[in-house]
Amino acid sequence: MLLRHTPKEIGERKAVSINPAKTCQPIGAMYAALGIHGCLPHSHGSQGCCAYHRSTLTRHYKEPISAATSSFTEGASVFGGQANLLQAINNIFSVYEPDVIAVHTTCLSETIGDDLPQIRKKAETEGKIPEGKYVIGASTPSYQGSHVTGFSNMVKSMVDFAEKTDRKNGKVNIIPGWVEPSDMEEIKRMSRLTGVETIMFPDTSGVLNAPMTGKYKMFPDGGTTVAELKSSGDSAGTLALGEWCSADAARLLDKKCKVPCKVLDMPFGLKATDRFVDALRTIAGVTVSDELNIERGQLVDLITDMHQYFYRKKVAIAGDPDQVIAMVEFLVSIDMCPVHIVTGTPGKKFEKRIKELTAGKEYEVNVKAKGDLFLLHQWIQNEPVDLLICNSYGKYIARDEDVPLLRWGFPILDRQGHQYFPTVGYKGGLRLLEKILALLLDRKDRDDPGESFELVL
Amino acid sequence: MRKIAIYGKGGIGKSTTTQNIVAGLVELDRKVMVVGCDPKADSTRLLLGGLAQKSVLDTLREEGEDVELEDIRKLGYGGTWCVESGGPEPGVGCAGRGIITSINMLESLGAYEESEGLDYAFYDVLGDVVCGGFAMPIRDGKAEEIYIVVSGEMMAMYAANNISKGIVKFASSGTVRLGGLICNSRAVDNEAEMIENFAEKLGTRMIHFVPRHNDVQRAEINRKTVIEWNPEVPQAQVYRELAKAIDKNDEFVIPTPMEIEVLEELLMEYGLMQAA
Repeated sequence: MLLRHTPKEIGERKAVSINPAKTCQPIGAMYAALGIHGCLPHSHGSQGCCAYHRSTLTRHYKEPISAATSSFTEGASVFGGQANLLQAINNIFSVYEPDVIAVHTTCLSETIGDDLPQIRKKAETEGKIPEGKYVIGASTPSYQGSHVTGFSNMVKSMVDFAEKTDRKNGKVNIIPGWVEPSDMEEIKRMSRLTGVETIMFPDTSGVLNAPMTGKYKMFPDGGTTVAELKSSGDSAGTLALGEWCSADAARLLDKKCKVPCKVLDMPFGLKATDRFVDALRTIAGVTVSDELNIERGQLVDLITDMHQYFYRKKVAIAGDPDQVIAMVEFLVSIDMCPVHIVTGTPGKKFEKRIKELTAGKEYEVNVKAKGDLFLLHQWIQNEPVDLLICNSYGKYIARDEDVPLLRWGFPILDRQGHQYFPTVGYKGGLRLLEKILALLLDRKDRDDPGESFELVL
Repeated sequence: MRKIAIYGKGGIGKSTTTQNIVAGLVELDRKVMVVGCDPKADSTRLLLGGLAQKSVLDTLREEGEDVELEDIRKLGYGGTWCVESGGPEPGVGCAGRGIITSINMLESLGAYEESEGLDYAFYDVLGDVVCGGFAMPIRDGKAEEIYIVVSGEMMAMYAANNISKGIVKFASSGTVRLGGLICNSRAVDNEAEMIENFAEKLGTRMIHFVPRHNDVQRAEINRKTVIEWNPEVPQAQVYRELAKAIDKNDEFVIPTPMEIEVLEELLMEYGLMQAA
């Protein structure tokens, strides 16, 4: 019982978060930046921030994550980090030759008030940014929001590149949000099947799920190119997947280049994927391809065939708002019962949305934004569940409460596959259900008494 | 060694008063170190005969962390050690962190060691205690006596009251105490009486009244304390008395800051007395 200190009685807590369901802004900014081709993320702060985020991303993706740091010392925190950043920009462009340096701030540089746009301007006037190379920046203090906010802020800064010319490019921008490289690949595949040419940013496919070739490439082939980012200002429209991760960037692009945007849920599960496909279809002015229709039919088939095993199964979920919202809708649609729902990211509209999705259901729903895994565990103790959906940190609760755990979200530090197999779209829905069924039925096989132990399920 | 911090509203004359006190203490054969905690680095000008000091943070920036005590302190009038913490240029970085850094550095370099034979260490802190860094000198184990420089002007008293709140906070967990108010006169009506009353309400006393006199300015133009510039003038005697008062002071209290309304009333009372 590793979490035996977690009491069943839920007391009021004001100032303490225990086993948080979120982490720092910069890790989101770093992940987003890796979705630009030839981009080196740069952490403007002390070395520890950079090291921690790099290592967590490495542990999740099992890929080397390169990122630079301003290496603040005592002196830099007193005098400001301008000198460090200028030197870093100079060094990085001469040693590593990225196309883009994506700078994000840290708590320290934010608190002493370093002004990124001003420092970038100075680097520009001092000729430290070579011709055709770029420095973008996002403000990412971790005492605000969460890793999701940091991701969103960095994606927003990518809109800096967008240029509006008088010629449309006939493409659709897709801002996929914080999903796996495999998910981004899948979203692109679905767009291709619908006949929509896309610019996806950020795009970590081909970056964080790159093949082993025996040859190290500091900047893998994948990622949104600078040319694509520039061209995003000429697109016909933008589909932003996820209010938390992607909406700000889409709205900024709308404001800056008059590219109309539509904010959708992340396409996890049947209904959200339907809405995404419908949006694609409308933009392209085509009917949905046979291939996608078949995939959809397969997902519906699996749901129907196995409905008895989903029905009335109680689920606890912790994760990031956009993902959890889509997942809750999916679970409700297959008659599972999401009863305990937590995100570490602040935002009352999360709770509101979850309540809307579960309105009228015969079960009570506990939901909390800015919550933590301690609270989720307490809820589970008070009302046990059949399944827990969480990142790897959920394994402690799963072990103590003997609940099957579906590892889903970020970070997953102890299992593999998330980089390669999507959970978005209809195919992704099939994979989610396959996993959920395996967990539920393995449990059934383990627990059923001998007389009702069945070969065929 | 007695460790003293001088606080007060910006422009009230903290640096000038501190250095003149120090000159007075020197005449009493006391060995003193003055630590300027102001990014402007102008707290030891009169003792050094000009802004000749290289600040701790400048040294840190140029030499890296390999700094020696001799790099950052300079011998001034009458054998006083002068240190300027310094800080970033206006508008960047973190001056508060600068003060924390330099005081820590002075400690680790042994500036306060018994072997240095100091009788007094003075911290001269910039006007407003805007963040934790500027409260560094009154954290536990640093300065133990505070003197607040004040005048009969509303804003100065308001600041003194506010600083007292800060002292209460740190006094509850440490050894810092208020030693008294130094009235640096602005020739306000009934000033001495009002400050005496104000001090009483704060639970302390006005340790000395420094009348306004142009000799202070004259000495400053010559980059000297009044005592060094002209030991004979009456103002020099005033500072000698102030130095003596501090030297023999043994009344240290946790102040009782007042509500703004009470402070306003006090001001009304003494201001109206004159008008009537």
